[in-house]
Amino acid sequence: SVSHSQITRLYSRFTSLDKGENGTLSREDFQRIPELAINPLGDRIINAFFPDGEDQVNFRGFMRTLAHFRPIEDNEKSKDQNGPEPLNSRSNKLHFAFRLYDLDKDDKISRDELLQVLRMMVGVNISDEQLGSIADRTIQEADQDGDSAISFAEFVKVLEKVDVEQKMSIRFLH
Amino acid sequence: MFLLLPFDSLVVNLLGISITVLFTLLLVFIIVPAIFGVSFGIRKVYMKTLLKIFQWATLRIERGAKEKNHPLYKPYVNGIIAKEPMSLEEEIKEIRRSGSGKALDTPEFELSDIFYFCRKGIETIMDDEVTKRFSAEELESWNLLSRTNYNFQYISLRLTVLWGLGVLIRYCFLLPLRIALAFTGISLLVTGTTVVGYLPNGRCKDFLSKHVHLMCYRICVRALTAIITYHDRENRPRNGGICVANHTSPIDVIILASDGYYAMVGQIHGGLMGVIQRAMVKACPHVWFERSEVKDRHLVARRLTEHAQDKSKLPILIFPEGTCINNTSVMMFKKGSFEIGATVYPVAIKYDPQFGDAFWNSSKYGMVTYLLRMMTSWAIVCSVWYLPPMTRQPEEDAVQFANRVKSAIARQGGLVDLLWDGGLKREKVKDAFKEEQQKLYSKMIVGSHEDRSRS
Repeated sequence: SVSHSQITRLYSRFTSLDKGENGTLSREDFQRIPELAINPLGDRIINAFFPDGEDQVNFRGFMRTLAHFRPIEDNEKSKDQNGPEPLNSRSNKLHFAFRLYDLDKDDKISRDELLQVLRMMVGVNISDEQLGSIADRTIQEADQDGDSAISFAEFVKVLEKVDVEQKMSIRFLH
Repeated sequence: MFLLLPFDSLVVNLLGISITVLFTLLLVFIIVPAIFGVSFGIRKVYMKTLLKIFQWATLRIERGAKEKNHPLYKPYVNGIIAKEPMSLEEEIKEIRRSGSGKALDTPEFELSDIFYFCRKGIETIMDDEVTKRFSAEELESWNLLSRTNYNFQYISLRLTVLWGLGVLIRYCFLLPLRIALAFTGISLLVTGTTVVGYLPNGRCKDFLSKHVHLMCYRICVRALTAIITYHDRENRPRNGGICVANHTSPIDVIILASDGYYAMVGQIHGGLMGVIQRAMVKACPHVWFERSEVKDRHLVARRLTEHAQDKSKLPILIFPEGTCINNTSVMMFKKGSFEIGATVYPVAIKYDPQFGDAFWNSSKYGMVTYLLRMMTSWAIVCSVWYLPPMTRQPEEDAVQFANRVKSAIARQGGLVDLLWDGGLKREKVKDAFKEEQQKLYSKMIVGSHEDRSRS
């Protein structure tokens, strides 16, 4: 599990972001981070911290979301076979990425949702038609049950060879 | 000075008088050397003693924490998470490479691309390069100031006594002394420059003006117990040049001006600041702007150019970052001063935060609170490096020149060289940066115009 010093450091970070000093973070608090504000998917990522439609996230919620990015090796130390699946399992990491695409949370990535996210990532540099054909091709390649949308299972299949553990993990220096 | 005391007791009267006399003697003992620019080296001894005490205090805390089995919080300035130094293109290519064996030269979209933006975003939420520059640097060893200690509960009786003694010394002895010195310094500056202002223009006026300024700044330096080490003084700015330095606090001005004679640039304020500014400009031509004029970039540039071109006028002192940064990094230099075409004399200022953090967090503390915090610290210790003069090369524009100067200053001072704008302290980042990212990514999924026209 997460070490004491790592929790302390993240708490220190949480309080430095909490400009209102009320123990919770709002979306504005996140948007004040310049490197996050210039990330094309910045708003979608911030959204992941507010899962239930609320406007404030406390430290527990903050840690819960960040827990998805713990390296998988950490789980080797605490082999709790009967407990719930850890937040940083490969499946849960993929689910985190899936939820960035699935805007309406219906467990399917529709053509519209894919287009929306693509538009966020490319800005004004690509035409609607081109983006549309990219979305169509992507859905065609991934869709197996013919519903013109990508379910979570189909998503996992497409990415089965990708090194999710490495690419969706963040390591502490100490 | 005769104090009227409410008590008739002889003892109390004598006590009052002797304290006053001692105080005055102390003031004289400090001010007279300041006038002549001499130093007895007392401050250096003070600094060495303090360092020994701090080391002892830190060891004591560590020992105490180990005995009680409490983990210690150790701040890390260089970041808490491991970040990949790869570019957007390289990282996305790597993600795609691990996912499929397909040829990667053709630009296309992959569902896995989102991992890059996702992880980068979460990394910046855990630790980013910019926001931490706007709050005071965290120290690794304790300097007996409760404002900087994060392990405050793990201390022994001896440490508490030492800390209490420190509080007594700082608030009851050093603070009144420093306030008296500051008061003396500022009033001398105002009266001195006003008097010199009545003299006719000429060598005599310039000479007196220079020495009045230097003397008062030296008194102010002692008012803060600033222990400054100047390096490479042969590179000090000359007339007709522009001196640029990294900005950490308003004290920077006092530190530089006590070792050289500069023309100041800035906005006219109201209140005490305004009085000082108006008095100073009577003795020598500083460049003050009205609030309305500050927005007019052309006017500012023109006045600065006029000043710089007149070789008889003093070097201008400018802080191109435009705001106070916490002295761990140098942020973007505004290009205005680098377009003027004068010789630039870069200066690097690095504070040692152990004795008192000089950074002014203007969103947290007002000017008066800040000065009080300064005057109740142990000392302000810093190093000043005068770098060799630089001029703009024909093939570089103002922005490139500004970045070159910034890198030189960052290298010398051991500071991180950042391209981010210090204005991000208060303002939102410009959309142009996000658009840059979007453009880069677009190239990866559809290629550029040339690729498309070829196929």
